[in-house]
Amino acid sequence: MFSGLMLTAWESASIVAVVAGVVGFFIVLRGSAFAAHALPNGAFAGAAGASLIGVDAIAGLAVFSILGALTIAALGRRARHDVATALVIVVMLGLGSLFLSMTTEYAPEIYSLLFGEVLGVSSSELIPIAVIGVVAIAAVFLVYRPLMLSSVMPDVAEARGVGSTRMEVIFLVVVALTTTMAVPVVGALLIFSLLISPAAAARSFTNRPFTAMGLSVLIALGTVWSAIALAYLSNLPIGFFVGSIGALTYAAGRGWAGRQRNRGSTPRLGAPGRSAARAQST
Amino acid sequence: MQGRAVNGSDEILAVDGVSVTLSGREILRDVTFHINAGEFTGLIGSNGAGKTTLMRVILGLLTPSAGTVRVESGSRGRSLIGYVPQRITLDPDMPLRARDLVGLGIDGQRFGLPLPSSMRRKQVDEMLDAVDATRFADSRVGNLSGGEQQRILIAHALISHPRLLLLDEPLANLDIGSEQEVVDLLARIARQQRIAVLISTHDMNPLLPVMDRIVYIANGRIATGTTAEVVTSESLTKLYGVHVDVIHVHDRILVVAGRREEALQHGGNESIVELV
Repeated sequence: MFSGLMLTAWESASIVAVVAGVVGFFIVLRGSAFAAHALPNGAFAGAAGASLIGVDAIAGLAVFSILGALTIAALGRRARHDVATALVIVVMLGLGSLFLSMTTEYAPEIYSLLFGEVLGVSSSELIPIAVIGVVAIAAVFLVYRPLMLSSVMPDVAEARGVGSTRMEVIFLVVVALTTTMAVPVVGALLIFSLLISPAAAARSFTNRPFTAMGLSVLIALGTVWSAIALAYLSNLPIGFFVGSIGALTYAAGRGWAGRQRNRGSTPRLGAPGRSAARAQST
Repeated sequence: MQGRAVNGSDEILAVDGVSVTLSGREILRDVTFHINAGEFTGLIGSNGAGKTTLMRVILGLLTPSAGTVRVESGSRGRSLIGYVPQRITLDPDMPLRARDLVGLGIDGQRFGLPLPSSMRRKQVDEMLDAVDATRFADSRVGNLSGGEQQRILIAHALISHPRLLLLDEPLANLDIGSEQEVVDLLARIARQQRIAVLISTHDMNPLLPVMDRIVYIANGRIATGTTAEVVTSESLTKLYGVHVDVIHVHDRILVVAGRREEALQHGGNESIVELV
């Protein structure tokens, strides 16, 4: 389970999980789930096109997902992107089906683009995956505050010189980078799951933003690790486990949040006293 | 134009001859008024009169087709205008506490992660205390009531020590109790911290007890001065271009216009309409 081939699988999947946890936090916060669905689809077409003309899959993934990100940002108006996003998916999937019809690759190759092939990642692919992942996380940390402000209150952010469009472009390019490094490992469909479920679950467990982001990373790691282990032991596809564990953690989060809310509805003693004490001390 | 610097104090905002034309339609025409430190100013007008447009011009988000806007420059690096936007929807599931949102007011536009520090925490605590929000400081901001969110947004806008605070319809969607609380809070802040407060609303009545100056906007033009100077039948008739009656009922003011221009303005068919 931890042999050479498997070790690369553990490593690559862990990198993807960490990046997905960080980037996913902002996808859920901004309500950009649809874009997170569209870009991996676009990337999928890029990978298919790359294999057709014989270049590296990562290059095709990068070109198509970044083009998709810029198109969504350019066509979207006033933070409404749903139609632009849908059009990007439609065009990209159309191209993808064209490329697939022209390619001579075997079906398993295409299958792996959609559902990933953790075991198929070679150790030479590990370096570009890690580098792109580090760039994506560094970009999120760099724009953390303005991105947070722009996600929560776009009007106020604008008034303080944080342009919504600029933030949108930066963020979608980060999602595109995440897609590029993740699709070869977990596939176009499962990266979507890893971007949404852990971050959505995490916010039920805490009301602190940075804690939620950290928790999102931990849940993503837990999800891929247990999915790989379960797939190894049961010989069932990893994708099945990633999807169902993601749904389970989200359900657990909602359950937890519901319990907290019921408990919180009874008046908390001590809280008013604290504020009164503070008022007196100032 | 009304006299500047009524009490001889320093001028914070100078709007001079501002006109705005958007896609061929004139939204504001030759708008001129000045606001001093510590003054509480009401920007009064019905929906669509141009209040939000004027705010966007002052914020620098919209370039006027004519005229200038000058905001008194403060010490470097601090944001000069605090802004509380109209109608804001915050996701109740969002993992963001009221205090986090206030903290974003300190340095939300800067790059990098917000590093926790005792100074930062103290600054946020003091601000929360100043707007009476300590009680719900650790709650999710999206879960708070409209009045509570309004306080947090005001704290967010004030924590960077602006000289000018702009609030766009902050009283909309508040119940009468919270409405009065928010108005009192703002009046107190304006006096204590010598901040110029400009607050837009379609109903001037909640502001009457605290308003130092009124900027009454209609048809893209304004009349300004004290409430007693501006809210008169004579001055508003001139502004609207048709006969307007100003009626005092108890301690409230009703502004009522006759049929003809009301029909022209809004296509309404009532014979008597309360404008503001």
